[in-house]
Amino acid sequence: MPYKRAAEAVGERTIRILEEFGKVITLAGYTLRDIFKGKVNVKLVLEQMVKIGVGSLPLALITAAFVGMVFALQISSEFVRFGAGRFVGGVMSIAMARELGPAITGIVVAARVAASITAEIGTMKVTEQVDALEALGASPVRYLIIPRFIATTIMLPLLTILTVITGFLGGYAVAVYVSGVNPVQYMETAQNLAKLWDVYGGLIKTAVFGMIIAVIACYKGLTTKGGAKGVGESTTSSVVTTLISLFIVNYFLSILFFK
Amino acid sequence: MIQLNNLTKYFDKLTVLKGINLEIADGESLAIIGPSGCGKSTLLKLLIRLEEPTSGSVNIDRQDIARLSDEGLMRLRKKVGMVFQSSALFDSMNVFENVAFALRLHTDLREREIHRKVMEKLAMVELEGTEGKMPDELSGGMRRRVSVARTLASDPKVILYDEPTTGLDPITSVTIEDLMIKLSRELKVTSIVVTHVLQTVYRTTNRILMLHEGKFIETGTPEETQKSKDPVVKKFITGGL
Repeated sequence: MPYKRAAEAVGERTIRILEEFGKVITLAGYTLRDIFKGKVNVKLVLEQMVKIGVGSLPLALITAAFVGMVFALQISSEFVRFGAGRFVGGVMSIAMARELGPAITGIVVAARVAASITAEIGTMKVTEQVDALEALGASPVRYLIIPRFIATTIMLPLLTILTVITGFLGGYAVAVYVSGVNPVQYMETAQNLAKLWDVYGGLIKTAVFGMIIAVIACYKGLTTKGGAKGVGESTTSSVVTTLISLFIVNYFLSILFFK
Repeated sequence: MIQLNNLTKYFDKLTVLKGINLEIADGESLAIIGPSGCGKSTLLKLLIRLEEPTSGSVNIDRQDIARLSDEGLMRLRKKVGMVFQSSALFDSMNVFENVAFALRLHTDLREREIHRKVMEKLAMVELEGTEGKMPDELSGGMRRRVSVARTLASDPKVILYDEPTTGLDPITSVTIEDLMIKLSRELKVTSIVVTHVLQTVYRTTNRILMLHEGKFIETGTPEETQKSKDPVVKKFITGGL
């Protein structure tokens, strides 16, 4: 009997997750439909771009610089030991463009922005502001979701360009000044090994991350129930769901783009 | 005219409304009373499709609102305004922007004209001079009045009041009630008030319906309701005394 109850519980949980997934996809569908219908409030999009992009910049750059530095520290000492120090620049450029830059940006924005979007919309939901929006004839999709969706989709690739450059330069500093890698060789192998597609692929991945962050965070906000406790739970769930989704999607996009 | 036909609403296994029927004439001031959690607010939300009925229909001006397109729904929501229990002011906007919201959304009015209309609505609720304040700088009564002004901005024909005086002190409650009476008399709007505050009901409406276990168990004028022989109505009105 305990096995049966456990199986039932797993089944129910699976159904709930699939239901939620379906609802998130439906919300994404409505969002894209309204964007293609041209129902975009440019002023709100610009406001969100500043809030999401500029607001995340310091954290993203600091994280990228230190990840680049520690990554270079680990690989350059080993590469130098095996006489392959000249390849550090190439490995750094590929790793930053394909994976580390997009991942850092995605994680930083997911943690900072998904929490903020869910908390803001969730608070609006429990204080009836979302109902008031609808009662006044405004669509929550058009007014709340589309500006955030477009802003994250545009700002993540732009942030990624900066995190890739910062991480790469952080790696340069450590590789050259700490591990003694030749600076000319660092730059040369970076240019020779990395392809333009590595950069494009990484940027496309972050645009997809931006869409995922906005849709999940807005969905979690709009489905918030209860008071302050409900907002707290939605916010935590939003960050966790967004991060897990990013890691899974990142894996499959990497296979698609770079294999 | 508003017609509810066999309106039923379930939430999971909880039945909130059980096939209710009702007709509300233009210009009428109607109260729906009942204890907290009996489905009064749900009923109001069904009237502007903030909730969808499980079965039955809501017709406004002979049109089933469930069949409205997005544009039709937007027109409906300009015609039927709602004042929320929590006021539901947008806390990222000041008073002026809250009241101007629907005007900016639905009209092509110039900024000067929007300013004139917003000030006119704020004067109507006696809140001139508060246009620059944020919602958290206002008292509960002032927030409720800004919410009324915001609803009035789109010149609705019907106003739905969800617990308009609940949680307010007696003096502020009277101010809100006076405002509701003024709007009914001067603007001839249809008022549907959902509340359990009987003073508000007696002062502001001329027909009362009591909702109990998903059905209307009493309908009549305030005087008739006060003389009701129904034990549930009597208990509600006298507070069980």
